[in-house]
Amino acid sequence: MADDIFTKIDEKVKNNKVMLYMKGTPDFPQCGFSAHTVEILRSYGIPFASEDVLADPAIRDGIKRYSNWPTIPQIYIGGKFVGGCDIVHELHERGELEPLLKTAFSE
Amino acid sequence: MITPNEIKETLSKALPVSVIETQDLTGGGDHWQVIIVSPAFEGKGLVEQHRMVNEALKAEIGDQRIHALALRTFTPAQWEKLGS
Repeated sequence: MADDIFTKIDEKVKNNKVMLYMKGTPDFPQCGFSAHTVEILRSYGIPFASEDVLADPAIRDGIKRYSNWPTIPQIYIGGKFVGGCDIVHELHERGELEPLLKTAFSE
Repeated sequence: MITPNEIKETLSKALPVSVIETQDLTGGGDHWQVIIVSPAFEGKGLVEQHRMVNEALKAEIGDQRIHALALRTFTPAQWEKLGS
């Protein structure tokens, strides 16, 4: 049961250069932290995939266990967990997000 | 609810900390932004740094004395660079 969810998450995380687990959708975010994260990602003009955790309680719970991270949104770049809204904001401010994205998209 | 001093005390016990700045984001004493500068963050990614802080405040987060915690973590070198 839990394994099914992890497999499902694993596939999305591995098959998308940037995968965002969020509340709502990029066009209709349902939480300020998710909205801010979308805003940052969009500022780079890169494509990203997303999944609305509010639409599926199993994913909402599963993603927290998958990363051992208690909050949503969660961003994965190049198959790796990068963090939540705080961390993405911080990396963006420090100029460290762009190299991460570049590496992911050049692979 | 928790006081800035309680946050500082708990963190100082768990980590070597050179700077802690707390900001009560709503005035209600349970939504905090905390800036932490620690030499223990050296060589670690932000995810790991935040995990260390969350782990240190686990009890306070668990019983909702802290309802929301926005973190900014820095190594002493990063913090110094930020100030200059």
